[in-house]
Parts: sequence; structure tokens; C-alpha cells
Amino acid sequence: MSALKIQQGSSRHSAYDLRDPNAEVIETHTLAVIVDNEPGVLARVIGLFSGRGYNIESLTVAETDHEGHRSRITIVTTGTPQVIDQIKAQLGRMVPVHEVHDLTVEGAHVARELALLKVAGKGDARIEALRLAEIFRANVVDSTLESFVFEMTGAPEKIDAFAELMRPLGLVEIARTGVAALARGV
Amino acid sequence: MSQQMTGAKMVVQALKDQGVEVVFGYPGGAVLPIYDELFQQNEIRHILVRHEQGATHAAEGYARSTGKPGVVLVTSGPGATNAVTGITDALMDSIPLVVISGQVPTFMVGSDAFQEADTVGITRPCTKHNWLVKDTDRLAETLHQAFHVATTGRPGPVLVDIPKDVQFASGNYIPPQAARTEHYAPRVKGDIDAITALVELIETAERPVLYTGGGVINSGPGASQLLRELADATGIPVTSTLMGLGAYPASGKNWIGMLGMHGTYEANLVMHGCDLLINIGARFDDRITGRIADFSPGSRRAHIDIDPSSINKVIRTDIPIIGDVGHVLEDLLKIWKARGRKTDREGLAKWWAQIDEWRAVNCLAFRNSSELIKPQHALQRLEALTRDHPDRYVTTEVGQHQMWAAQFMGFDAPNRWMTSGGLGTMGYGLPASIGVQVAHPEALVINVAGEASWLMNMQEMGTAVQYRLPVKQFIINNERLGMVRQWQELLHGERYSHSWSESLPDFVKLAEAFGCKGIKCDHPDQLDDAIREMLDYPGPVIFDCLVEKHENCFPMIPSGNAHNQMILGEAETQGVIGDSGAVLV
Ligand SMILES: Cc1ncc(C[n+]2csc(CCOP(=O)(O)OP(=O)(O)O)c2C)c(N)n1
Ligand SMILES: [Mg+2]
Repeated sequence: MSALKIQQGSSRHSAYDLRDPNAEVIETHTLAVIVDNEPGVLARVIGLFSGRGYNIESLTVAETDHEGHRSRITIVTTGTPQVIDQIKAQLGRMVPVHEVHDLTVEGAHVARELALLKVAGKGDARIEALRLAEIFRANVVDSTLESFVFEMTGAPEKIDAFAELMRPLGLVEIARTGVAALARGV
Repeated sequence: MSQQMTGAKMVVQALKDQGVEVVFGYPGGAVLPIYDELFQQNEIRHILVRHEQGATHAAEGYARSTGKPGVVLVTSGPGATNAVTGITDALMDSIPLVVISGQVPTFMVGSDAFQEADTVGITRPCTKHNWLVKDTDRLAETLHQAFHVATTGRPGPVLVDIPKDVQFASGNYIPPQAARTEHYAPRVKGDIDAITALVELIETAERPVLYTGGGVINSGPGASQLLRELADATGIPVTSTLMGLGAYPASGKNWIGMLGMHGTYEANLVMHGCDLLINIGARFDDRITGRIADFSPGSRRAHIDIDPSSINKVIRTDIPIIGDVGHVLEDLLKIWKARGRKTDREGLAKWWAQIDEWRAVNCLAFRNSSELIKPQHALQRLEALTRDHPDRYVTTEVGQHQMWAAQFMGFDAPNRWMTSGGLGTMGYGLPASIGVQVAHPEALVINVAGEASWLMNMQEMGTAVQYRLPVKQFIINNERLGMVRQWQELLHGERYSHSWSESLPDFVKLAEAFGCKGIKCDHPDQLDDAIREMLDYPGPVIFDCLVEKHENCFPMIPSGNAHNQMILGEAETQGVIGDSGAVLV
């Protein structure tokens, strides 16, 4: 049988064949979906995930091409290889969807998230929080005598780690944007 | 060349420019401007249904029997929500529909106005795409895009929601050629490497099968022609899903019958025992596969589908070919011929010998009666008396009668058989028959119905009478929700919970009340004459065919079982079962 030329990450053929088809392993994938910025497009994408029982770990969306009315949706999702392929195919066939990129399969990519963390405390805890923030390159964007709001950008794991450290030091509240991601290189 | 006109006029103009001849609809406050425009022209015919669900199924019948999109016009709120079942039905069976709904004026949207419903929200998951048009200048383009999306790639229903102020306001009309549609262009040509890989498998397969579906019919008459050529030239047996019946002729020599839960013994054992499974425009629905883990255990699988999401959704495919069936089959035949038209003749001869053995089981056999009309017998007689009609179309409702119709009626051409497959919508058949008859006024259109299903949209008899549509409602009346009763008998300890039809109307009197003809038949000796009477009558007929009440539909693969775990029922199975393996009776 001729070997099928299946391009890595191509959604033309299922990339299913590239991996162990029966794998029950749960993979995490970051998808970049370029859509028409029209009313209801986000509801459509979210409805697809909830209607078919797929997971959303995080989802961010904003218009990225004002002239062309295009938005970029970055979705971090988890599932077996078969489910991940289904998600891509289901997204790809939606009318307002122009491109679906699986950044996880297509090669190295950078993923960043912005977080705001409010930490309340006095004395040593307060000093320790500030010291750790410096190490993590978090900025202080608001401060009172009893609290800080830190702003930090980084990979989601880095934010997780920072939040863990802040918890015993008086973490009160955290707001996260979800992941924005781009492939490396050109 | 653009023109100023009101939104309501644009709707009618766009329909004309799209070549629409018929609209199935029901008026209401939010679509009155469009109805006003319809009133003032004669090119587009409007069929006034009796319920918006009827409009959607009628449009489906129209679409399936013509290959053209069906058009539906409904008002806001309840008009739109009543249409939801038919829209979902069309999505599941890939039927192109353009549904136009009225909406409260834009400045009232969100205020819980009278007859306001979030129609695009409600129909988002049951349409291929939908639009709320807020600006009259965008209306014409949106309508043209709607037709494009409904009919391009895998067909399906779309909805355009038009607020009343947008209908009244004036704007710029553009013709179809000026509308931007290029973005939505699913690929139709299959990958040549993949097609070649499939040809290589065809050349060496010992036990191949063509498993065909509604995609062949949706691809157009050319695809059915190519399928016939492929099957006949290679000698590969052909089975089909419920949706694909007629793509390969039932009288063709390679035909082994429908497959799946109530498919033939031979078709299901072929699926189970094949070494090459070629899925052409079908989707491995659960009614077809049975238990996934035991599905066709020894086969390589190729899957031709225009929708990439169908590939590997349910069954893992070795050779995925994404493209339009017609295009792919054309390339496939070209490559197969260029490589010398090879098949494994010896292997195929053995395969056919095996298939003939399975066929000899005569799985559709039933014990006939001289006292009571057996439903299978009724359909055999209906088939015998109408098969040679030059222009016959059959629709069905949902239940046992539907499966018997699929088993006992044969279709030699595509677009002649309309049934609700994916959604299994009781109430589909009567309005669908109306849509078919509207498209083919001279044809013989029969709805094979169950009494319970038929009652679900029986108000549409009024539509049939009003428009002089001579549809024949052939009701297999077992006074039971037969299919439910069968499952209760086989799977729920014969506890018949709410599965009988009580207080049924007198169908003959009902026919009289509607102003059409009623015929009742309860004895096998009178059946042929009664059917002839129905066929000879020039107008619509309600035929009440009283049948045996407890008949079960066999063969049956109970849900969750494998293809070789079929219940055969009355069929003579002595001896054969031992030969062919583990068939549980
Ligand atoms: C709208 C709808 N409701 C319920 C069902 C479940 N259902 C499937 S078949 C059936 C019984 C149909 O009875 P009838 O139309 O008399 O057909 P029969 O099976 O007796 O031939 C029912 C209730 C359905 N398919 N559709
Ligand atoms: Mg019944």
C-alpha cells in the first residue's frame, strides 16, 4: 500500500494515523482558531465544545485583524488523540472558521498568560511576597499598606507556581486571562 | 448592478434569483411584510402548511426528491420554535434547507417582546449556520450566502432571522453573483495518493464490500451512476444505509440489501466478514455499526466523505478520503482502469458463494396469514402493485413500518426514497410526501406510515386537500407504537408501558372530514383490490390498513450487539447457522 503523505498536523487527513490510534492517553493541545469576527461566533465555538462534551481548559478571544474582521481564539483543550482530531475537524467545518492550527503538533510555540493577583498581608509575609514577586518578575500595579496587586505574564505553569507560593502569604483573589499562543519562528 | 428596495422585497427577489419555485410557510406578525410581497407576485408559489414542523418536513421532501434546496418561511417566536424539529432532522440527514424566520424589530430585540425568541440562539446547534440580519443593506448578500452554505459541501439547513424593521427598511439589493461566498468552499477532489492506495486494496481484496450512504445521493445523480459502474465493473457487493437506498439499484446484481439494525442477514455478515470495507458517503452511525469493539473485525477500512469530521469519528479508518463522492469515484475508476482493471477474481467468486449461502437463509421470510394482514405482506403487495409505476416516490414515518418499507420496497433510482434516518422523527412522512408531490405533481407519492406517527402531523392532510396533492397515506395500523412495543417485548420483560394506540380516530371518517378519500382494509383477500382503489383514485387517500398487532421486525441486531449476533425471527435458519458461525437467534 502506498504510504499516505500525511503532513504533520494537517487537518486534511486525520493526524490520527501518526499516533497510536488506540491510545487512551489524555493529551493537552493548544489550538489557534482564526474566525470571522461576527456575532455569535464565540457562542458557536463554545456550543460545539459543550454540545459534544469536549473540555476547555482555557479560551481567549480578541479581534486581531480589524480590517479583515478576523479574531483569533486560543483554546487549550484536553482529550485522547481521537478526540483532539475530532475537535479540530469539527472546528474546521464551521462556516466562520478560516484556519485551525494545532500549535502542539505543528512545532514549538510560546504560550503566555496574564494574571493579576491580590495578596494581603503585613510584616514578614508582605516582604516575602514582594521578594518572590521580584524573582518571578511580577510587577506591583497597586499597593496599599495591607495589600499588593501583582501583575505577571508567563507560561500558565509559571503563574500556577507563583500563585501556589502566594497562597500562604495572603493570596486573596486571582484573575487570569487564559492562554495566548504563537508558533515560534516563521 | 444593485438596486434599492425594501428588505421584504429583497427576500422575494433573492428567492427568485436563486431559482426558488416553491416556499413552504406559515404567516405571522413578524413576516407580514414578506407575505405582502409574496402576494404581489406570481413567480414563487407558496404552500400554506398547517404547522411549521410540516413546512420543514415538506421542504425536506421537496429537497430530497429534487436535489434542490427546500425553502421555509416562518414567523418569529412559536413559528420558529415549531420549525426546530424539522431543522434538526435536516441537519442529521444532511438535507439542504433555507429557513427564513421573522424576528421582532431590532430595537425590541432583547426586551421579551411579543413572540420574541432567541431564534439564532435556539437554532445555532441545529443548523449548519445561521444569521441574524440587522441591516437591510446586508440582507441580500446574507440570503445568497445562506443558499451557498446550505448546498455546498455537506448539505444542511441554514436559517436567516430577519427583524421586521429590516423587512420594512430600504437598502441595496445585490444579485447572487455579487455576493461573497468564496470563503466557504469545502474541498471536493479527493487526495490522489489516498485514492490510489484504495485502488491497490481493491485489486487484491478477497472479501470487499461497498458500504454506501446518503452522501452518494447528495453528491448528485452522477455519483449514483459512478457507483453502479464501480460495483458492476469490479463485482464488489453493495450494501447501503437507510439514507442511501436507491443509489445502487435494488434490482442490481451486486445488491445485498440494507445493512444495520434491521438490515439483511447477508449485508450484516458481509460487513462482519469482509477484508476491505469501502465506506462511500456514510457515517458509521450506531444503527449500522452495532457494538464498536466487534465491528468488522478483520477489515481494512476506507472512508470517502466530504466532511472531515466524519473521518475517525466513530470507526478508525485506514484510508481517509476527504472529497465529494462523485469526484472521488470518478478518479477512483480512472486510476483502477489505468492500472489494468484488476481484482482478485478467485477471491471474489468464493466471497459471492459465501454470500449466496447467507442469502439462502432468506432472512426476510415471515409467516403469512390468510386471516390477518401481516404488515410485511401489506408492503410486499404495495411493492408488487407499484414497483413498475414509471414515477414512484415513497416517504415513511418512523417505526416498524419504516423498516419493513426499507426491507420490502426496492428502489432503482436515487431521490425516490425519503425517510427520517438520523433523527428518527415520527411525523416526518406525511408532510414530506406533500413536499415531494409539490415537486412532482404527476408522480405517484406514497407515505408508508404507522398510525401513531401519522397522527403527529395529520393536520397536513388539509394542505394536501387544499393544493390537490394526490398523496397516498398508506397507514400500517397495528394500533401500537409498534417499534416501542417490540423493544419492550424483547428487552423489557414484555411490560408494554404506554405503547399502544388507544382512541384512534376512524381514519375513513377522518378522510371524509378532510375532504379526501378513506379506504379501510382488514383482510388479506381484499388487500390487492383496496390498494388498486387507492392507486386509481385521482386525489389524496388515507388508507387504513389494519394489520397483525404483535408482529416484530426482523432481522434485528439488538443495540450494543455485534453484526453476527442477529435475531432472525421467522427465517428458516436450520443448518445454515452452524456453518456460518455464531449467530444468536
Ligand atoms: C417524535 C418521536 N417521538 C417518539 C419516538 C420514539 N418512537 C420510535 S418508533 C415509535 C412508535 C411508532 O409507532 P407507529 O408510528 O405506529 O409505527 P409502528 O412502529 O407501529 O410501525 C416511537 C414512539 C420517535 N421516533 N419520534
Ligand atoms: Mg403502529
